[in-house]
Amino acid sequence: MRWEKDPILHVEHLKMRFGGLVAVNDLSFKVGRGDITALIGPNGAGKTTVFNCITGFYKPSEGMLTLRHKAGDRAGSDDGSFLLERLPGHRISQDARVARTFQNIRLFSGMTVLENLLVAQHNTLMQASGFTIAGLFGLPSFRAAEREAVDKARHWLEKINLIERADDPAGDLPYGDQRRLEIARAMCTDPVLLCLDEPAAGLNPRESQELNNLLLSVRNDHNTAVLLIEHDMSVVMQISDHVIVLDYGTKIADGTPEEIRNDQRVIAAYLGVDDDEVEEVEAEVRA
Amino acid sequence: MEVFAQQLINGLTLGSIYGLIAIGYTMVFGIIGMVNFAHGDVFMVSAFIAMIFFLLLTTWLGIASIALALLLVLVLAMLMTALWGWTLERLAYRPLRGSFRLAPMISAIGVAIFLANFVQVSQGARNKAVPPIVTDVIVLFERNGYAVALSYKQIIIMSVTAVLLTAFWFVVTRTSLGRAQRACEQDRKMAALLGIDVDRTISLTFVLGAALAAVAGTMFFLYYGVVGFTDGFIPGVKAFTAAVLGGIGSLPGAVLGGLIIGLVETFWSAYFSIEYKDVAAFSILAIVLIFMPSGILGRPEVEKV
Amino acid sequence: MTSIPTFPARPAGTNQPAPPPLLLHALRESALAALVMLGLSIPILLFRTDQSAGQQLMLTPRIGLVATMCAIIFAVRFVVCLYVARRQSQRAARQAAGVSAPQSKLAHYVVSVGVPLFLGIAVTYPLISSMLAGGLNGARYWIDLGILILTYVMLGWGLNIVVGLAGLLDLGYVAFYAVGAYTYALLSTTYGLSFWICLPLAGVLAAFWGILLGFPVLRLRGDYLAIVTLAFGEIIRLVLINWVELTNGGAGISSIPRATFFGVPFERGENGFAAMFGLQFSAMHRIVFLYYLILVLALITNAVTMRLRRLPVGRAWEALREDEIACRSLGINTRNTKLTAFSIGAGFGGLAGAFFAVRQGFVSPESFNFLESAIILSVVVLGGMGSQFGVAIAAVVMVGGPEMLRHLAFTKAIFGPEFDPNEYRLLIFGLAMVVMMVWRPRGLISHRNPSIALKERKAISGSLVKEGHG
Repeated sequence: MRWEKDPILHVEHLKMRFGGLVAVNDLSFKVGRGDITALIGPNGAGKTTVFNCITGFYKPSEGMLTLRHKAGDRAGSDDGSFLLERLPGHRISQDARVARTFQNIRLFSGMTVLENLLVAQHNTLMQASGFTIAGLFGLPSFRAAEREAVDKARHWLEKINLIERADDPAGDLPYGDQRRLEIARAMCTDPVLLCLDEPAAGLNPRESQELNNLLLSVRNDHNTAVLLIEHDMSVVMQISDHVIVLDYGTKIADGTPEEIRNDQRVIAAYLGVDDDEVEEVEAEVRA
Repeated sequence: MEVFAQQLINGLTLGSIYGLIAIGYTMVFGIIGMVNFAHGDVFMVSAFIAMIFFLLLTTWLGIASIALALLLVLVLAMLMTALWGWTLERLAYRPLRGSFRLAPMISAIGVAIFLANFVQVSQGARNKAVPPIVTDVIVLFERNGYAVALSYKQIIIMSVTAVLLTAFWFVVTRTSLGRAQRACEQDRKMAALLGIDVDRTISLTFVLGAALAAVAGTMFFLYYGVVGFTDGFIPGVKAFTAAVLGGIGSLPGAVLGGLIIGLVETFWSAYFSIEYKDVAAFSILAIVLIFMPSGILGRPEVEKV
Repeated sequence: MTSIPTFPARPAGTNQPAPPPLLLHALRESALAALVMLGLSIPILLFRTDQSAGQQLMLTPRIGLVATMCAIIFAVRFVVCLYVARRQSQRAARQAAGVSAPQSKLAHYVVSVGVPLFLGIAVTYPLISSMLAGGLNGARYWIDLGILILTYVMLGWGLNIVVGLAGLLDLGYVAFYAVGAYTYALLSTTYGLSFWICLPLAGVLAAFWGILLGFPVLRLRGDYLAIVTLAFGEIIRLVLINWVELTNGGAGISSIPRATFFGVPFERGENGFAAMFGLQFSAMHRIVFLYYLILVLALITNAVTMRLRRLPVGRAWEALREDEIACRSLGINTRNTKLTAFSIGAGFGGLAGAFFAVRQGFVSPESFNFLESAIILSVVVLGGMGSQFGVAIAAVVMVGGPEMLRHLAFTKAIFGPEFDPNEYRLLIFGLAMVVMMVWRPRGLISHRNPSIALKERKAISGSLVKEGHG
């Protein structure tokens, strides 16, 4: 259980209230360093709310979210740990290095694919441009940094097969490409944890397979932990190392895909209680 | 105490005029999410219309009963201003619906400039004054030589406002038009799919807003007896402040906001400085928007991620 | 939402009643329009109110005027009807032929030819106008007009950073213009500082005010931001009117020192500009100098903006306009990014303000009213948000266009000697704003040029570019 030994993210007693509605209630879990962790659960279980708390879009009502960088990493605080619930939104990406994608894709649709990837490297480039002043006079150090940024963008574009479309507006890409581009854009911020909100939604089987390979490469080649919300069981079961199941804002199961697959309670709660349906879905899950 | 009571009466009168204009802002914002910059100038046009009709009825047609004349003026001004509201929506806003967000705003600013200058060109730049129309006053009480008075004008203004607001409230809460309006507010596309004529509903919203502005315009004319082509902008901004203060999109909020703005303005002028009374209104606007953007009765907006 | 289906939905192309013949349709529409015009004319056009000698308001009926207006509206509507029908049939024919409109190519062509042309005209303008007017003195009016237009070009470019790039709707931009103008007016009249010291100071001070005003309001979105900035603009104007001790109130500040040629005054006499360069003294030297001064200021604004667009901060502005939430998720400090746009835009407004003060020699609060903000904003939006060239064209059209009314002397022949077309300047201006928006809601040049390219730069269609929410 890597997530118990070396968690990158530790969520403790997370609670999120909207007026009278408790969307997430006393939720605790750990995300392992170098794992692909899937957060699953029926619609309205509070998955996206958890994401929004982790990435700073909501301030949790209660609870603690600790992110730990590896010792010796470019760490921000003394022991390399960040309390995400206390960081201002943009610091979560800039310092704690948590990146995310959105359920309804949020690309800069009027900007080109390349520009999208450069905006993601804003903070690095901003420093290189001497907070604009050096950049205004076109100092060589800034030019070098920009070249590096373009190279990094090119690397990702080759990886997601979009190099040919680098100069096209992001809004013109087909849906599947937009999803991959959004992941590449998040990766350009050099995250230690990548949070993906339903990355496979709306993809066809071939694209879904490509996505699996991309995510595996993110984990293996870039040492980035992945936390994803997903409904597509083929993605969840094939690539995740760890699955957490939510229902009504609380955790009902937590373990390896094997364990989750065989957890009757999960199947019942997650998929409804009708016996016939359970069998049907069990078959699908096993397949 | 006496001054306070007098200012309270004056403030409520002014406030009911602002409230009537504010409803036009709040309704249009609610249904198409646009600040109708020209609404203040529609109000100004309606004051001119009321003035001309009043002169027409009293001097040309020789109607001797002021009450009858005022009633006719009110009805005619509402009708004519409603036509203005309809035409403006049709020509300047409808073609831009669903387009670029800034376009309707620029168009509305254009309409505002057009209306003010149309009135200037067609009626002349000088303020138009008529002799006081209703001059009777009821002295409520008198102390230390200071009489607290409630004029007939103020009674007319407040009661007409109350009656028409009640009628208006009935329209938007109890009729199918009101239902259609609320449906369009929630989701215009879905409303269209359910067979609501969205264009017609929006048109009627503008028509209603303009008619209420005409009530305000008539009352303004009655109260001050002077109208000028620049009288649209400042009352417009104040009424918009009222709409925001009450919570934009909320009809009771608009009236409440109007009354508050009216009171603040009169008390500010009486106790602090009359020069800075417009600064006070603008400051309230800025402060409310910054610290309380959903106003008193509005619903807070939740950011969707 | 133009594409909202009305219920019950009619399958396209079937069961539709045959459309009435075009002419009949056009006639009916025109009659309707004329009828509405008649309604609108009652009573505001039909009767003119005039103060009589006894201070009594008198009504004068103007039946002829109303009839003329109705006829004009009838004719206009008729022509529009026919034009729209013709364009629709053309479009249908083009679609049937499978040809798409070559619009973006054309726009690209216009820009690539138009920019050098425009720049060339701008640089040689005083020469051209004095040749056409037969002498420098005769060209005074035209060069003044050029200065006016260039001032708006600069203001438009400054505001374009805020509205066009960062997508922040600012309706109080004129406040920063006022800050710049009063900075120079006050510093020069009370401390005798020279224009060349005050100019950068005005820019810095206006930028500082931009930060000060922007700080509390920049988290507001869309129309709310517009209204708050409008309120700030008006507050500043009202304070300028009422703070008499400092600003001399509504009377304004006069006898502001004139611009010098970097210290050399434009005067008759030994130390003057003319004597120094061995020229015949002419009052026009100063005017021409002012022309080139504003041209240089405007071009600096443009150069800085173009440069910033290619820097991370500029890209962040545009990203902010596209999607603020995504920006936050990428670690961009949205508040600071907005503040930089707001204050840089304000700074350029301040520079333009200082120029305004030195050119007029007089400032008063009335020069900085809401109408001014509206004109600048309409120049930006009409130009096509984010397009520098479009803004320049829009400034020429919106500021230069109404000026042309002064030269329509022939209208006096038609409408009588009392007719002054200049009175209609703002009326037509307002009307033009509406018509332009209906005609081109995204402005004259709506496509966006990418800030960087891997292989080739392709223009991005305006329909993909967002307009910002804050």
